[in-house]
Amino acid sequence: MTGAQTWDAGKAQATIDRLARLPGALLPILHALQEEFGYVDRAAIPLIAQALNISKAEVHGAITFYHDFRHSPPGRHTLKICRAEACQSMGCGKIVAHVENRLGVKLGQTTQDGSFSVEQVFCLGLCALSPAVMLDGKPYGRVTAELADSLIDGARRRM
Amino acid sequence: MSFRVYVPCDAAALAVGADTVARAIETRIAARRLDARVVRNGSRGMFWLEPLVEVETPLGRVAYGPVVPEAVDSLFEANFLEGRAHRLCLGRTEEIPYLKNQERLTFARCGVTDPLSLSDYIAHDGFRGLRRALQMTPAAIVEEVANSGLRGRGGAGFPTGVKWRTVLNAPSDQKYIVCNADEGDSGTYADRMIMEGDPFVLIEGMTIAGLAVGATMGYIYIRSEYPHAFRAMQRAVEIAQAQGYLGSNVCGSGRSFDLDVRLGAGAYICGEETSLLESLEGKRGQIRPKPPLPALQGLFGKPTVVNNVISLATVPVILDKGAEYYRDFGMGKSRGTLTIQLAGNIKYGGLVEKAFGLTLRQAVYDFGGGTATGRPLRAVQVGGPLGAYFPESLLDTPLDYEAFAALKGLVGHGGIVVFDDSVDLAQQARFAMEFCAVESCGKCTPCRIGSTRGVEVIDRIIAGRDRSQNLQLLDDLCELMLEGSLCALGGLTPYPVQSAIKYFPEDFSKPAVMPTQAASSQETQPWR
Repeated sequence: MTGAQTWDAGKAQATIDRLARLPGALLPILHALQEEFGYVDRAAIPLIAQALNISKAEVHGAITFYHDFRHSPPGRHTLKICRAEACQSMGCGKIVAHVENRLGVKLGQTTQDGSFSVEQVFCLGLCALSPAVMLDGKPYGRVTAELADSLIDGARRRM
Repeated sequence: MSFRVYVPCDAAALAVGADTVARAIETRIAARRLDARVVRNGSRGMFWLEPLVEVETPLGRVAYGPVVPEAVDSLFEANFLEGRAHRLCLGRTEEIPYLKNQERLTFARCGVTDPLSLSDYIAHDGFRGLRRALQMTPAAIVEEVANSGLRGRGGAGFPTGVKWRTVLNAPSDQKYIVCNADEGDSGTYADRMIMEGDPFVLIEGMTIAGLAVGATMGYIYIRSEYPHAFRAMQRAVEIAQAQGYLGSNVCGSGRSFDLDVRLGAGAYICGEETSLLESLEGKRGQIRPKPPLPALQGLFGKPTVVNNVISLATVPVILDKGAEYYRDFGMGKSRGTLTIQLAGNIKYGGLVEKAFGLTLRQAVYDFGGGTATGRPLRAVQVGGPLGAYFPESLLDTPLDYEAFAALKGLVGHGGIVVFDDSVDLAQQARFAMEFCAVESCGKCTPCRIGSTRGVEVIDRIIAGRDRSQNLQLLDDLCELMLEGSLCALGGLTPYPVQSAIKYFPEDFSKPAVMPTQAASSQETQPWR
């Protein structure tokens, strides 16, 4: 659960102003905005550019370079599935296929009802307990299709 | 007597239910009105035993594991607080062979102490290296590190002392220490473990580095996939600042060194040092051509030490016990210990800190116990997604930078991913190119375009189209990427590809498979 609020230019400006004087402030600002709103709204780009005295193109370039930053609000729950080699060796492909099938989305998509975003991730550092996933920031190891189902069901009950 | 129960807070322990176990134990302690408390320690790195619960006894710590919440009642009934027998009892922790047979220098405290307790840290030899460094000249600290033979543990293996000497001798009004905690290689988790399990050791190592080269500011760049490590490091830095171990008067010495913890944003390339510096500066994480070396023109154009977490976390023990002590471990030009991380399809996955020179076979079988599935081992990939795939016949290779380089492989950050006989090395080769395509920073053509063409060529090979011509083309492409890429991502992606073809040629001549079947999840856009 992201607990994110809807976009608010005033609040965004306050967040930007709070961090703008850090050396190399752009990533901390983008993380803070995403934490606050669940994504980085396009409307933030000119505000950040103005505050940091850089071009809008540079801000846009950074937002689109990093996999983390979202351009639209995420689902209420975010499930990250590791697809890196250690998890491959323990069959993460089957977990991906199972979850895609169960939720009716592909990796990188959000379910139509807005309940889940499913993402691929390359390594959660849980490689001795593969395959691994992270649901709303909580790690899970030795994931089976059944465990994936119970995680999804559990999250559904919470929302 | 007050009892102490240890339940790890390491993310991998949490991933198999350590929080639930800790709560269950705390509930019983309260209900039974026992004089006991739960300490959340780091992990000992024996992940098949997690959650590994330990109790302090007059004879030392006694371990129980893997503990599931359902077993907690019976543990209390067996009086585990006094270290009594139970079916999950593993005896004294230090006597567990997996742990006993290691040489833990960098990880000496990890799993033993409360990660955020400064008094625990100090009681277990913490800050001894820093106190010694404060009595030394910068040049003497640099020579101590150089004489230890420590080489960069991030993967490149560059001598740490040489790097520090360059920064020390670079005149500048401002210098920086940057810790590369962007541990993106699959199969590696040593950085994560030490940041979650013993964060003060990294702070101590960076402070010593600052004293050595004349830097007063440091940054720890942690990947966003490690939220627990990020929080642990942030809190440890706050505690160290509050207690005078960081700031304008380090340990009352009048010397200044401070730290800031920064979060990455899901870009593998930011583990490359120049890309990491760009990212810290608030830009796209595109690599910079070298020269200029970061040691001369690094963060914000200033002389900068960029070191991996494990390199920096090893500095305190070197300063405490001396260069010779550390150098006496290891083989050839690989001195000291390697933190081996056993991962993937392995029965006893975990962290093994051993002197360089252990063979792959000893690591995978003597420690790791072979595959988790019980099927025959077919391949190991050492050193992350840019490391070579080795067959069973190369398992007697010693873990040593030079021995691996001679085989066109990498020790890298010490991760070993084991695969059983169900692996298809053509698919693994394809993945290596796919990963490079997803993670390329786009700066140089061989990496940006070559990786995408590599996926296409391998798809044609798998589909059985003009196989010998396409294998030749793939080899040409690999040589071009090796020679023409600006950094290790494009420059080493050929290692897993070429080793897969060399050692597992049969996987590239199997009956044709249509690419769509193998590539279903590649149609999505990972960048959204």
